[in-house]
Amino acid sequence: MLDSVLVANRGEIARRVIRTARLMGIRSVAVYSEADADLPYVREADQAAPIGPAAPALSYLDAAAIIAAARETGAAAVHPGYGFLAENAGFARQVIAAGLIWVGPDPAAIEQMGDKIRARNLMERAGVPVAPGSREPVADVTAALAEASRIGYPVMVKAAAGGGGIGMGAAADDAQLRAAFETARSRAERFFGSPEILIERYVERARHVEVQILGLADGRVLALGERDCSVQRRHQKVAEETPSPGVSAGLREQMLAAAVRAGEAVGYRGAGTVECLVDAETGSFVFLEMNTRLQVEHPVTELVTGIDLVEQQFLIAAGEPVSFDPAAVSPSGHALELRVYAEDPVRFLPRPGTITEWTEPSGAGIRVDAGYQAGNTVTPFYDPLLAKLCVHGADRDQALARAREAVAGFVVGGPKTNLPFHADLLVSAEFVSGDYDTSLVGRLRPGPGGPAS
Amino acid sequence: MAEVRAEMVANVWKVVAAEGDQVDDGDTLVILESMKMEIPVVAEGPGTITRMHVAEGDVVQEGDLIAIID
Repeated sequence: MLDSVLVANRGEIARRVIRTARLMGIRSVAVYSEADADLPYVREADQAAPIGPAAPALSYLDAAAIIAAARETGAAAVHPGYGFLAENAGFARQVIAAGLIWVGPDPAAIEQMGDKIRARNLMERAGVPVAPGSREPVADVTAALAEASRIGYPVMVKAAAGGGGIGMGAAADDAQLRAAFETARSRAERFFGSPEILIERYVERARHVEVQILGLADGRVLALGERDCSVQRRHQKVAEETPSPGVSAGLREQMLAAAVRAGEAVGYRGAGTVECLVDAETGSFVFLEMNTRLQVEHPVTELVTGIDLVEQQFLIAAGEPVSFDPAAVSPSGHALELRVYAEDPVRFLPRPGTITEWTEPSGAGIRVDAGYQAGNTVTPFYDPLLAKLCVHGADRDQALARAREAVAGFVVGGPKTNLPFHADLLVSAEFVSGDYDTSLVGRLRPGPGGPAS
Repeated sequence: MAEVRAEMVANVWKVVAAEGDQVDDGDTLVILESMKMEIPVVAEGPGTITRMHVAEGDVVQEGDLIAIID
């Protein structure tokens, strides 16, 4: 088994990984920027190392500083969390070259899935359905217009190397495509260091449903159920649930089987997520992308399966069998995750600030993964996720009822948060009915906050 | 005269307009960046920029002056 791990991340996910490390008797090492020295995860780790200034490029994205910290603290492994360097194959290779254990998939699998165009082509060959779209990068506006006329409007324009919804835009005609292409291209270069653009058919009434997979040390790939992530603002997830109310037993079976094929096609090891779009009209699905890391919303899968996914990541990285019987996974009940962001609850604009009060709800079926506590300052340098409020119930109705109570009991003083949005979401007829799609937030909050581009 | 102020703590990513520029309602003056999001700051009426108080790379606090439009 691993004896120690450095967590190359911050906030709630660093704290969450450290918690499981402690339960397994693995010594944990936190790394932190100058802006994060006071956060709970730094104190809760067995050891903590400063890695640089607040700007992510000079700290959490500085591979050399992180590897130096691992050497100095004698850490045997590196867990990347999500975001930052988690899907950076070059970083994974440097970790391995330094003689450390990488808690993640083979760098080649990260690379194959990190390029969305390559991943689409690979999935198509593996028999996973994909939307009509580019088989190679779209070089310029002229090529984009030709590609869109081949595929048919509406289309989605995105960065091939992108993620997090950044730079993504839908277009219903040539004029919108020109604008969307320029936006996507400038964001792609700035945020992802690659100008490559991909165009795909846009599904207007779609649910965003993803499958959790786990590639075992012996080479088998398991699918551990789906998560519905259709509640989104600016193409970024706000709330997730499992099982998806929009997925029938038959569709679930097809999606899980396709996700296993996707994982097998790249020899996947560890925790990964196959993201799909489900057409709400036809009930068919297409592959969107694969995330080669732990997902933010992994707790909902943990709540219904009883499996600690971080524990499995550590076991698989050490070459050991998982802690559960793969033939006997049986999800029970319903789980929701609500992302608590430091942002105003109407326009969803960032609201950094100092936290004056922090009271987490507690009770049956409630789990809070928080990155902050009272007295901490939420800075503008990182994403706005403060905490994940997760709720489990015997069925969806009970989970919703518990979530409403939990939201009412979650008190954050100081920066504005989106908790009032979650309170509205949990009583909205559309969300409660289960029959919703990715444009739900736009209907609840008409105006610039919605997902429309 | 209209004072344009920052709505939140942010980094100044881009200064789009300059002192002396004529602007219209809705024109972008600067682009702030906070929590991985770009936030354009726009003119709320026509006029001339008499003062641009920020430069690229500055950190602004909530309520800080960004520009004055006359």
